[in-house]
Amino acid sequence: MSDRRQFITGAGLAAFTGLGAIGALYAAKRSWDPLPSVAASGFTIVDLSVAKENQLVVEKWRGKPIFILKKSVDMKKDKRDIVVNGENFHISIGLCTHLGCIPSYRPEKKNFLCACHGGEFDASGNVTKAPPPSPLVIPPFKLDGTKLVLGEEGSEYKKLKDADLIA
Amino acid sequence: MAHFKKAKNLNEWMDQRLAVNTLKRVMQSEYWIPKNINFLWAMGMVLAATFGILIVSGIFLLMYYIPDTKQAFDSVNYTIMTEVGYGWLWRHIHGIGASLVFLIIYIHMFTGIYYGSYKRGRELIWLSGMLLFVLFSAEAFSGYMLPWGQMSYWAGMVITSLFEGFSPDLMGGALNAPGLVEWIRGDYVPGQAFLGRFFMLHVFLLPLVIIAVIVLHFGTLRIPHVNNQDGEDIDYEESAALWKAGRKKESKIIPFSPVFLSKDLFVMGVYFTLFFYLVFYNFSFAMDPVNFDPADGLKTPAHIYPEWYFLWSYEILRPFPKDLGLLAFIFAQGIFFALPFLDRSPVVAPANRRGLFHIWFWVLLIDVIILTFMGKLPPEGIWNDIGFWAAIVFFALWIALPIITILESKKVGGK
Amino acid sequence: MKELKIFAVVAAFSLILYWGVEPFAHSQMHKHVDGHGLVYDGKADTDEVKTKLKELSEEPKKLKEIISELEKKLVENKDINKTEVEEMIKSSKAKLAKIPEEIAKNNKLLTKKKDFWAEVHKITKLKGNPTVGEGGYAMCMGCHMEGAPNMGGAIPPPLDHAGAIYDKNYLIALIKDPAMAMNTDHKFADTMMHPMGSVKSMFVDGQAIADVVAYIAKEKAKEPTPKIAYQEACMRCHANRYGKLTQLGEIPKFKTDIMTGHSIAEYDYKKKVAQEQVLVSAYMGKLPPDLSIIYRARSESFLETLMENPQSQLAGTAMPRVGLNKQGMEKVMTYLQQTGDPSKPKREALGPWVIGFFIIFTILAFLWKQAHWRDLH
Repeated sequence: MSDRRQFITGAGLAAFTGLGAIGALYAAKRSWDPLPSVAASGFTIVDLSVAKENQLVVEKWRGKPIFILKKSVDMKKDKRDIVVNGENFHISIGLCTHLGCIPSYRPEKKNFLCACHGGEFDASGNVTKAPPPSPLVIPPFKLDGTKLVLGEEGSEYKKLKDADLIA
Repeated sequence: MAHFKKAKNLNEWMDQRLAVNTLKRVMQSEYWIPKNINFLWAMGMVLAATFGILIVSGIFLLMYYIPDTKQAFDSVNYTIMTEVGYGWLWRHIHGIGASLVFLIIYIHMFTGIYYGSYKRGRELIWLSGMLLFVLFSAEAFSGYMLPWGQMSYWAGMVITSLFEGFSPDLMGGALNAPGLVEWIRGDYVPGQAFLGRFFMLHVFLLPLVIIAVIVLHFGTLRIPHVNNQDGEDIDYEESAALWKAGRKKESKIIPFSPVFLSKDLFVMGVYFTLFFYLVFYNFSFAMDPVNFDPADGLKTPAHIYPEWYFLWSYEILRPFPKDLGLLAFIFAQGIFFALPFLDRSPVVAPANRRGLFHIWFWVLLIDVIILTFMGKLPPEGIWNDIGFWAAIVFFALWIALPIITILESKKVGGK
Repeated sequence: MKELKIFAVVAAFSLILYWGVEPFAHSQMHKHVDGHGLVYDGKADTDEVKTKLKELSEEPKKLKEIISELEKKLVENKDINKTEVEEMIKSSKAKLAKIPEEIAKNNKLLTKKKDFWAEVHKITKLKGNPTVGEGGYAMCMGCHMEGAPNMGGAIPPPLDHAGAIYDKNYLIALIKDPAMAMNTDHKFADTMMHPMGSVKSMFVDGQAIADVVAYIAKEKAKEPTPKIAYQEACMRCHANRYGKLTQLGEIPKFKTDIMTGHSIAEYDYKKKVAQEQVLVSAYMGKLPPDLSIIYRARSESFLETLMENPQSQLAGTAMPRVGLNKQGMEKVMTYLQQTGDPSKPKREALGPWVIGFFIIFTILAFLWKQAHWRDLH
């Protein structure tokens, strides 16, 4: 009788304490989340009109480098290109999809070379030499005239995403 | 090497390698606690729980706190209070916890004094406990520096100034190290070096030492066992045998877990209800409004006072000239260590059965409370006089203690 | 039962301790100031002078006592520093001699203040014509326009919601004589010298003042957000960095140059803010504090009585009376709470749950304890 009562009340207390622990863990999880100011600063606006042909422009978005390459007429067009006022741009997160190093652009060869493990990408970010497993990733963007808003998903981005072309 | 048989279950597997069954027996099921106790005996576990909560809340504060004189204030008051999810909750818990831990320490201390739980083999419990009190004081003071508000800065300034130009003739010149105060601060005034070292002390060195001394404090309890409401010298072997035989009513003792623990948890429930009421609705006693002004080295706040738990010893130093004041302060902090040796009576009993000591106890308690009041009031007029006389009474009490207890001892011996 | 008795003793001592270090100690440390219900009729100002006059009238008696005591000491010649005592007597006598002059000065001030507020009272009785007032308001816009520069005080604040946040009587007084209305006339030998003093020559006639105030009360009465109320009423002196406000307004976003990590535009902005702060601090005597977290640093009643009449809390302060009405005060206080104590609503929402949890925990723990302890005795 007494043992049974001790067990039931003990189990009740333990279960209820567990409930409190879950609540505390939720608060702890929330404390570990990125700060609202970090989430809000996840937008960068880039003016595409200043880019020059075959010259790589590097911007910073969420701490990562962003490649912006305006293609010259002789450069191969790609379905991954972003077209603004009839001009083709290649835009991607400048981190090699292999292990995250920053590839460098070689204007004379019109391609990207990653110094870490020798991976190569063409001017549209497609892999031309292993080890990178996939093309350079296109960041979420929205077009606003000649301005590019990084961090927001616009219709052009969604189209690329639906066609499975962002990476 | 020991001989290992294949274990039948996890418990046996663990027992082979860690002696968990022995541990359980020694620390729980056969760690005997007297049955004749009241809720004041739960204060030790309440303190342990509060310390745990301080560590947990401190961890979350530590992740966004910046120990830089230019950024500390905003890292606490903006980043943690505004941006970090539930950052405000951790901070309020940490502030209230730091204040309440002292309330419970004082209750714990005065319980020990009332029931005579510092003698007959329990001297080390008292000494390690007092050491914890001093360490918690240092921990609280160093933590108070970190938000770098007006009270942080000026408390740091005032307390370190105690060591400024300590008079050579008083201590034979031994303590008058030139630049002692600059050495403590690492600068002419409390600045970056000061904040950096107090940050280190608060989050690393002091907690480490505190944890070690808590283990020691628990260790000192194991052999003499905790006291009981009548100071009775219990035959633990006899009582343990009775308990194990199932004769619980006759046994004078109970196991720590689950019987004693069940009462502890109930007391903790009451305590944490109050604790969180303060966290959510009444916190300014622990988070002083003045400290929400950023530190300004060119403007002293109109009223400056320590947190409430330091007021009585602060008041003891206030009525005296500087050097004497420092000595009085050291005396106040240190004299409680000597309690087991100043009490010359062999009697272990609650104070209400100890004649003059009973009066001594209540006068001490009320005197400390009066000192606490006076420590916060502006040092003017009548408050000054009351504070001075309360300090004198404090010294007199400690001089009287050996006399009172020798008389008591003679009376007992004469019987 | 015995345990409850012990608990009562412990609880009683804890509560006495709390009472002593909190309510009692704070009641001794901070003087209590009564507000005047956001009524701006000059009574508080004239009362201040009357109190001063009362103190002055008691002063000679006190000084004479001090002097006679000092002289007695001099005669008895007990071990004292003779020159020091003589010096003290001399300075006390000088003080004493000055008192009639002080009294006359304050009497004059009292009359001046009484007259001023009587005039204001007369204007409040006039019926203002908003249509006529529009022309007067255009004169205000000469300074209170957007992008206006600092002209010797602080940047003139926008007046877009002036009719909604400021008291009507106060606005009348302000246009009549800014220094007197703000109760900062002690700062200006001639109240014309106030940075807004020139308004006195723009509106000389009571009806014109009534008209422009009627215009403001009618056309500029749209309810502002708490932030806008703060921007119009406080921000020209008090920055609020948690609200991202400087004396110039909202802090714009700056883009950092990726090559160098610099943002020239941000440096330029910071320089402009610094220049403005230098001007404001020169005018006010010190830089008015940033109010980001003042809501936690001062009590609500302190903040409200301070805004109502700064002299009542900080005698001699350069801070002008703000002249907020009930709505204005509420809006400003809301903003101060939003930047200074944004977790307040979250605390109030979460508190009952956590406390409820521990009450249930306590009950369950009690049941568990009873299950173990019932067969012990």
